[in-house]
Amino acid sequence: MNELRAILADVVTRLFTERVTREVRQSAESGMWPDALWTAVEENGLTLPLVPEARGGAGGTWADAYIVVSAAGRHAVPLPLPETIVAAWLLARADLEVPTGPLALAPAQRDDDVRLTPATGGWRLSGTARRVPWGGSARHVVVVTAVDGRAMVARAAAGGFGVEPDRNLALEPRDTLVFDRTPVTAAPAGAGVPPDAAWQYGALARAAQIAGGVDAILKSATRYATERRQFGKPIGAFQAIQQNLAVLAGHVAAADIAAAHAFRAADRGDALFEIGVAKARTGEAAGIGASIAHQVHGAIGFTYEHDLQFVTRRLWSWRAEFGGEAWWAATLGREVALWGADALWPTLTAR
Amino acid sequence: MPVRFELYELPPTTRVLRGEVRDFLRAELGDRPPARRAPSWGGFDREFSRKVGARGWIGMTWPTRYGGHERSVLERYVVLEEMLAAGAPVSAHWVADRQSGPLLLRFGTEAQRARFLPAIARGELAFAIGMSEPDSGSDLASIRTRAERVPGGYRVNGTKVWTSNIHRSDFMIALFRTHHDPAKKHEGLTQFLVDTKAPGITIRPIIDLAGSHHFNMVLFEDVFVPEEMRVGEEGAGWKQVTTELALERSGPERYLSSLVLLVELIREVGKDPGERAAPVVGRLVAHLVTLRQMSLSVAGMLEAGDNPNLEAAVVKDVGTTFEQEIPEVVHALTGVEPTLASGTDLAQALGYLVQHAPSFSLRGGTREILRGIIARGLGLR
Ligand SMILES: Cc1cc2nc3c(=O)[nH]c(=O)nc-3n(C[C@H](O)[C@H](O)[C@H](O)COP(=O)(O)OP(=O)(O)OC[C@H]3O[C@@H](n4cnc5c(N)ncnc54)[C@H](O)[C@@H]3O)c2cc1C
Repeated sequence: MNELRAILADVVTRLFTERVTREVRQSAESGMWPDALWTAVEENGLTLPLVPEARGGAGGTWADAYIVVSAAGRHAVPLPLPETIVAAWLLARADLEVPTGPLALAPAQRDDDVRLTPATGGWRLSGTARRVPWGGSARHVVVVTAVDGRAMVARAAAGGFGVEPDRNLALEPRDTLVFDRTPVTAAPAGAGVPPDAAWQYGALARAAQIAGGVDAILKSATRYATERRQFGKPIGAFQAIQQNLAVLAGHVAAADIAAAHAFRAADRGDALFEIGVAKARTGEAAGIGASIAHQVHGAIGFTYEHDLQFVTRRLWSWRAEFGGEAWWAATLGREVALWGADALWPTLTAR
Repeated sequence: MPVRFELYELPPTTRVLRGEVRDFLRAELGDRPPARRAPSWGGFDREFSRKVGARGWIGMTWPTRYGGHERSVLERYVVLEEMLAAGAPVSAHWVADRQSGPLLLRFGTEAQRARFLPAIARGELAFAIGMSEPDSGSDLASIRTRAERVPGGYRVNGTKVWTSNIHRSDFMIALFRTHHDPAKKHEGLTQFLVDTKAPGITIRPIIDLAGSHHFNMVLFEDVFVPEEMRVGEEGAGWKQVTTELALERSGPERYLSSLVLLVELIREVGKDPGERAAPVVGRLVAHLVTLRQMSLSVAGMLEAGDNPNLEAAVVKDVGTTFEQEIPEVVHALTGVEPTLASGTDLAQALGYLVQHAPSFSLRGGTREILRGIIARGLGLR
């Protein structure tokens, strides 16, 4: 890790450790927007790692963004920070102004029908985007869609569309947004940005959040195993516990590198394949990891009282959002089938 | 987490080298069928090893004064992964290149380096590993084969077992007990270079479950080992053997053993894999890509001079789990009967791998032992 990235990692870790308290998470779950936390995150410049400095951003890379997004997962930050980072990048790449305040990213479902049409003096958006993360809390929603096969990025201001609130397992907002000839600002997406960019980069963000999340539950389980005593010794002294935590550590390492690998690919451009690898691999780590972590924590880990659930409930939702393992693995499977058996190794080593 | 994998990228300069290795392998192996590539690094072919040596692909990172080529760990990594991906018969130089040579470079005397390393780098000397004994598997420090001091050297008595390929190797690096104190079993261990033709050595074949002979039992009866064949100080064996085991565990051979079968599976499902096969194949590919990045990361740490023991244990644990899953998945998806020498390439590769997969999580340290190492890294022991 280079020095600037190490500093960034320190900043986010300190900020989230101090500010993302149990009270903040709980209050967010009751539907309160964590305004003070958002302001702190924005003031620390964490929302715009991918926006050029000329536009007020940090002018960084996806590898920098990985630090922030994985930390958001690790600390179960109840904010649309990953969504804002991706949406701000899409706006900047489309040469659109990046407004302050939280941004949401849509569509979040592959078969949503959201249409952008030209109108006198601008663009209009119509259709329904289901289960948009933080759709009702964001100040703007960034929608990527295709017009005549060309990727377009649109920005809709809150208030210009209907909101039907819903939640995921972690009680994070997943709102259905209804656009009805909503006036929006729109422009062609940046070069190389595909029409399903919301889906692809949404999955990329979730992979990093999961990588951070499984790391957090490994830490929690390891700490608990050294503290909790049964039969006269710490449960971590039992080989069954040790072996399970070693398995979890393997999944944590795999999730981290798979996600980081995809972020690096995003810096190069077409990252669809690596995003698929990351989402499929981290999703598997999420399922197995949550199961091991809960087993080690015993009954106390099954309570709302214990912090473990803040992460595991997110993992269970995140692994399914923007395509679960099955969807992404099938995409990868069809892709390598097209390459053909003998091209597998040469293609993988050339990427 | 104390286990830390930094993303690593092969420098673009390695592309030329990769191309050279591929051309070489295409010329050497031609259209060798998958079933013959399935043994991965198990194939033993001295002729092939000499050719690899002539290309400068053994002892790649060693100093030129010892016949090495002073190339980077990463260039070596590229050669290794290409050899493995092609199922090349590398066994006659693999052990010496991977662990015996580096061990001598680190702990050997000047005379030992000058004598052995250039010949290893030419692909002319095959080495075996003499660690396990009948009563000492995972508990390696409990070994009992004794090396007693006699004028000019040592007299060795005892038994080694599971010694792969020693019947066709020139030397072995063996761990013997030079001092016995039951309370301190990690002390009093010493490593030696042993000439496999020395008088008093009897090699008895052990046939594996698939009917092949690579394992052996090695009996030592008053075998004389000259003083100058001791590797390192007397009593320093445990520390050295731990270093050697880390080298043994850190390479790409710990996740690529079943690659041939995955390739045949992709051939079998065809261009349009359908709803059942696509996610199954895709999941394996996601694991493959991830493991390659993990393995590269270990190579990067070695290149930087770090000590990635813990990370190597993680890659081997996750990697062998993946290797063992592939035959299971092929069975679940295709139902193809594994065969010996008939049927399709897929059936034959499956036949080889079904039978050999159990050994993947035993050789080089069992799964349970590796997970113990990881647990220690987590601070649990
Ligand atoms: C293909 C192959 C090639 C080999 N080549 C060589 C070679 O060239 N040279 C050489 O010296 N050796 C070689 N070996 C031997 C190998 O190193 C041993 O098999 C290995 O160290 C395990 O020892 P063991 O087989 O005696 O099993 P054991 O140690 O008896 O273990 C049996 C089972 O008990 C478990 N177990 C043991 N101790 C513990 C513990 N503390 N906690 C939990 N579980 C435990 C093990 O994990 C395993 O599941 C080879 C083995 C194989 C399979």
